[in-house]
Amino acid sequence: MTPTHTQPVDGQRRVLYNARLIDASDGRDEIGGVLIEDGVIREVGPTVTADAANANGIDCSGRVVIPGLVDMRVFTGEPGNEHRETLATASEAAAAGGVTTFCCMPDTDPVIDDIALVDFIRRRARDTALVRVHPMAALTKGLAGTEMTEFGLLSEAGAVAVTDGRNCVADALLLRRAMSYAKDCDVLIVQHTQEPSLAEHGVMNEGEVSMRLGLPGMPSAAEVILLERDLRLVELTGAKYHAAHISCLPALNAVRRAKDKGLPVTCGVSINNLTLNENDIGPYRTFLKVSPPLRTEDDRRAMVEGIADGSIDVIVSDHDPQDPDTKRRPFAEAAFGANGLDTLLPAALRLAHNGDVPLIRVLECVTVAPARLLHLDGGTLQPGRPADMVIVDLNLPWVVTPEELKSKSKNTPFEDRQFEGRADITIVAGRIVHRRDRTG
Amino acid sequence: MNAENRRSEPIVAQTHLLGIEALSPRDISALLDLSDTYVELNRQIDKKQSNLRGRTQINLFFEASTRTQSSFELAGKRLGADVMNMSVSASSVKKGETVLDTAMTLNAMHPDLLIVRHHMAGAVELLSQKVNCSVINAGDGSHEHPTQALLDALTIRRRKGRLQGLIVAICGDILHSRVARSNILLLQAMGARVRIVAPSTLLPSAAGKLGVEVFTNMAEGLAGCDIVMMLRLQQERMNGSFVPSTREYFHFFGLDEAKLAYAKPDALVMHPGPMNRGIEIDSMVADGMRSVIHEQVEMGVAVRMAVLDALSRNLPGGDNAP
Repeated sequence: MTPTHTQPVDGQRRVLYNARLIDASDGRDEIGGVLIEDGVIREVGPTVTADAANANGIDCSGRVVIPGLVDMRVFTGEPGNEHRETLATASEAAAAGGVTTFCCMPDTDPVIDDIALVDFIRRRARDTALVRVHPMAALTKGLAGTEMTEFGLLSEAGAVAVTDGRNCVADALLLRRAMSYAKDCDVLIVQHTQEPSLAEHGVMNEGEVSMRLGLPGMPSAAEVILLERDLRLVELTGAKYHAAHISCLPALNAVRRAKDKGLPVTCGVSINNLTLNENDIGPYRTFLKVSPPLRTEDDRRAMVEGIADGSIDVIVSDHDPQDPDTKRRPFAEAAFGANGLDTLLPAALRLAHNGDVPLIRVLECVTVAPARLLHLDGGTLQPGRPADMVIVDLNLPWVVTPEELKSKSKNTPFEDRQFEGRADITIVAGRIVHRRDRTG
Repeated sequence: MNAENRRSEPIVAQTHLLGIEALSPRDISALLDLSDTYVELNRQIDKKQSNLRGRTQINLFFEASTRTQSSFELAGKRLGADVMNMSVSASSVKKGETVLDTAMTLNAMHPDLLIVRHHMAGAVELLSQKVNCSVINAGDGSHEHPTQALLDALTIRRRKGRLQGLIVAICGDILHSRVARSNILLLQAMGARVRIVAPSTLLPSAAGKLGVEVFTNMAEGLAGCDIVMMLRLQQERMNGSFVPSTREYFHFFGLDEAKLAYAKPDALVMHPGPMNRGIEIDSMVADGMRSVIHEQVEMGVAVRMAVLDALSRNLPGGDNAP
């Protein structure tokens, strides 16, 4: 058995100093340091200086220190498709990308719909992963969309939410009952909002581009119809509901209306839908075949605005590793899904560098907002919390090359893109789990 | 003793017992008082009376039943009636006969008392409008089961000496339960404080309008209660439709020693039967010191004798005939 990386080393003390501390949980943006003891943040702020450092001190030389990222939507291939990704390889990609906590989706083989599987994931993650992993359990047995799973027992076993992952729960009666039941157990329902019958044969956004490419489309109405139906059910049941990743303006407006009504509704957006649009598909690039599909530039701008004004709560990587077998095919036949853990932070930073969204707001959406949503301790630099953080070289220019990705699969939609900023050092529970090779 | 009561005044004014809703607190008390006398009778060697001699009682069950049907049968026989059992589920319904056709056919045979169970709410009331005899509802769909509520009340009153002020927690499938509806009506009429405890999927969405306290957590719902009344969870509602699984249901809503510990130390455990052991109730509790489940069955016969007696007094030829 490999050592457990996410457990603190007893008696260990580490000091980060000369850092620009940015923490969205309390609006902190100042020069200072962080004192870590036994895997926990003990002190943070200008009072922590080089004087407090011992042999374990790290001089950040003015680089930025932020809480480790929390990614609510990650697919791995473990168990069942380990050739695409294991919890271990996903965690390496996460660490390299500054993600210190991620949620793995239940779309595995077997499906994570039973407490034994939740337990398996947690043990495998503890024994093999570099970062913290929390499973989301299936909402329906076998992801079949017909019978609800044991929300209460799954939640007690450590599942942080229930979702059918890539599948959408289409049956309104089932979802109504599931929501009623979830409310009793205080379990969060996460839904991939796409009316299956409308989107069934679609492979990209329906519109001019799909027409010119001769590809069947998925109308944004498929997303909106299902989302609006779900929001009515939230109104009926009072359940906590999270739309996993919206992608178009009408969906965003539906969420805004629900929030105005005071419904317990939140939503996320995939980093892909914030940084790419349907035109990027160009000559049938299958690495940009994702679900929800890349939409129009207007939709993308609406998503960015939703982040800026707080209508959208979290940004997810939607990390979905696929191998050449499933991706090197004609576009319509290729699998959905894009790699995302390695590039979540740099792609999100682009929103700040462009001046579209303030840096601290971008960081909020990938740290404290998802942590709060899932009742996790991380996503903040506040004393007493887990020492999960990232030293970021905010302005470092670099180009994405597939070979450099730590993920087992290389299906990045950002191939050859130029980014600014990336994780230099990633720390989980006070341990360094990633250190960028700066010689290259 | 009965002979002396008889000429004085009617027990109830009705000729039908369709639900608790139509009974006043005075009616309920009178029926429970009369039931008490039948409890004593049933414990004697000679249990036979002749109040219903010459009367014909038909048990018309459109839905399978063992205990309710046999309880009514025994009650009628002990009072001297001629009792006939008709299980319609299998025969006539399949041949396309409607409820009213069946009722009119039976009515032509001049029964005096018709005991009816039907899987549809309101079916018994519909039938009562078309026949010339007393109709007793032995359970209609998810609507009412008045004799069950009366026998539960009798069990409680004999153990606790009163109904007024007691805290009664009714737990389980409230949504589909006629037992719960009748019990809520009766207990509230008699001044008890009623709580209902169930996962939200097994609660009516308007549960708050029942005037009861609603809980979705057993520890909170049972805290300090005098009576824990468990309901049966039907097989078809267990696996992923209304509740995820039997093991999850038992974990959160099954009555075991740990959950019962939240109730008062002298709280009684009740169940209308038949029980699903290990699903809504643990055997340790079902067979434990505080369980009065078998007593409920005993009270059932006495209550049904009282109901048959009271209603027959208002029939033509009865002691209180108009």
